[in-house]
Amino acid sequence: MGIVIRKDQWINLAIIATTLWFMWLASTYFDEYTVRILNNIAIFTILAVSYNLINGVAGQFSLEPNGFVAIGAYVTALLLLDGDAKEYQYDIEDPYPWILGLQANFIWALFFSGVFSALLALSLSFPVFRVRGDYLAIVTLGFGFIIRILAINNPEITNGSLGLNDIPEFSNLYWTGGIAILSVWGILNIVNSKYGRAMKAVRDDEDTAIAMGVNTFKIKTFAFCTSAFLEGVGGGLLAALLTSISPDLFTFFFTFQLLIIIVLGGLGSTTGAIIGTILVIGGAEWMRFLDEPMNFGFFETPAMPGMRMVVFSIILILVMLFAREGIMGKRELKDLFKPKSKL
Amino acid sequence: MLMDSLEFIQQMINGFSLGSMYALIAIGYTMVYGVLRLINFAHGDIMMVGAFLGYFGMAVLGLPFVAATFLAVVGSSLLGMLTDKIAYKPLRNAPKISLLITAIGISFFLENTFNVFFGGTPRPFNVPEYMEYIINVGGIIFSVASLIVPIVTLLLLAIILWVLYKTKYGMAIRALAFDVNTVNLMGIDANRIIMLVFGMGSALAAIGGIFWAVNYPSVEPMMGVLIGLKAFAAAVVGGIGSVGGAVIGGFIIGFTEVVVVAFLPEYSGYKDAFAFVLLILVLLFKPTGILGINFDKSRF
Repeated sequence: MGIVIRKDQWINLAIIATTLWFMWLASTYFDEYTVRILNNIAIFTILAVSYNLINGVAGQFSLEPNGFVAIGAYVTALLLLDGDAKEYQYDIEDPYPWILGLQANFIWALFFSGVFSALLALSLSFPVFRVRGDYLAIVTLGFGFIIRILAINNPEITNGSLGLNDIPEFSNLYWTGGIAILSVWGILNIVNSKYGRAMKAVRDDEDTAIAMGVNTFKIKTFAFCTSAFLEGVGGGLLAALLTSISPDLFTFFFTFQLLIIIVLGGLGSTTGAIIGTILVIGGAEWMRFLDEPMNFGFFETPAMPGMRMVVFSIILILVMLFAREGIMGKRELKDLFKPKSKL
Repeated sequence: MLMDSLEFIQQMINGFSLGSMYALIAIGYTMVYGVLRLINFAHGDIMMVGAFLGYFGMAVLGLPFVAATFLAVVGSSLLGMLTDKIAYKPLRNAPKISLLITAIGISFFLENTFNVFFGGTPRPFNVPEYMEYIINVGGIIFSVASLIVPIVTLLLLAIILWVLYKTKYGMAIRALAFDVNTVNLMGIDANRIIMLVFGMGSALAAIGGIFWAVNYPSVEPMMGVLIGLKAFAAAVVGGIGSVGGAVIGGFIIGFTEVVVVAFLPEYSGYKDAFAFVLLILVLLFKPTGILGINFDKSRF
């Protein structure tokens, strides 16, 4: 008896193999700018699929990514910088001695980033999920602000608004792409497990889910913590990619970008989240022209920094009003190969 | 810490004034939540638009303060009703998450449109001189504005409560918060009532925004974000869905902020975080807030 591989598993294997081959191709032959965009796409894939887990699959509207990504980025940065490098750059206040002593290699740094984010998510779950209602949205929105306030007001830990610089550049396409593949695989496994089905039940009808014996508090908390964990890891990768971080990097715009990604791709679809990432992160580069002066031949508009964000928000509203399903709806890639049922 | 009774009274006046502004904005959150069960993320930004309209009214059109305020109130309530008509009404029967995402979209749209066209730098707000007049009563110093703000707030609260409990429209609003289907069966146009709620909430937000601009004499496109968050926290602390609760919550948040900044100055960097901590505590220990109604039942 050999291992039987189903048709959709062949497709998945082919996709993974193609991605790995493409990662090798890109890091060998592509120029630095393209590789940077691909790195961004890989990191945002991690963030988008995990954000989609809480928003799309479990149906709990949350605005947390910027907070957890910031935490992940700071934890990784503090663990990667060595004592001398830290002592050298803390200009506002002297760092606490234990800050100087923090040190870990990249993989542990990413792991701790994730765990730290997940623990914070766990502590937020208690006030938020014990009550019905959309408090998660407002609490996570506030959480993003608080993290920023904390980062600015604790220069002994975070170097305040100056941020941390000269973080060793560990991230490359193999790291970002590899972790992206792992997270997509992990998330898909969760979605297709009994926990994933329970999440969908909570999303579609909470009362019925409770009646069927689903512990909604546990399921929501599980979804929230998982997505916080991966967002922490993504934040760590981002810090090691950008090499310098500051509180201003993690504003609400960060979350908004991810929201557009998952809404455009189709809330609830992991495949959609990946498609959305490629479209939005690629498109954001392309849309940079919107911020610059434009010449229409008969009249010229001045440079309008921020125009991109206006366009983003209009896209979001239009998708919600006229194409609520997004590109993929709730379908996954494998559903596209299924024969259409004739009703 | 030894506190001066004079300074204490002084800070109480400041807290009363700040709390009134949060209260005015919180009423809009709580009323919309009552009828739609929606956290209207755009509410803080409608307040920002109100403050900007007041600014334009005075700086561009050269209107007197009261006329500019009137312009802001009318403009904001039209904007509030317009967002309901364009963005929220088509989604009445959609999943709740769609409504929330649209609300966030509207909020981001307003902030960034104002940012692109009017710039992110704060603009000085021309406060009329009589508002800045300083009164000194036995060592307690306060401006006329910090006296007018709470008085106007209480007056508006009285009007809102009168509308809610003494008029037919108010009865319809309360009925809507209770049961939509029955309201429709009674021959009341629910959409018109919801629009009225948006108009009323936005008008109050505009007045709150103008008061804010008078106290911290500047307007900027992102001013609505943090104030909106705190006002929502105020609505939850007071009990979401209850107008009186929103006012109480607003005063609580305003007082805590002022007291902390005045008597624990070393924590003043965290001033914006207190409302949030209070929100978490209320959700943990008394989710229905002080005057709250239990909204556990799902609707629509």
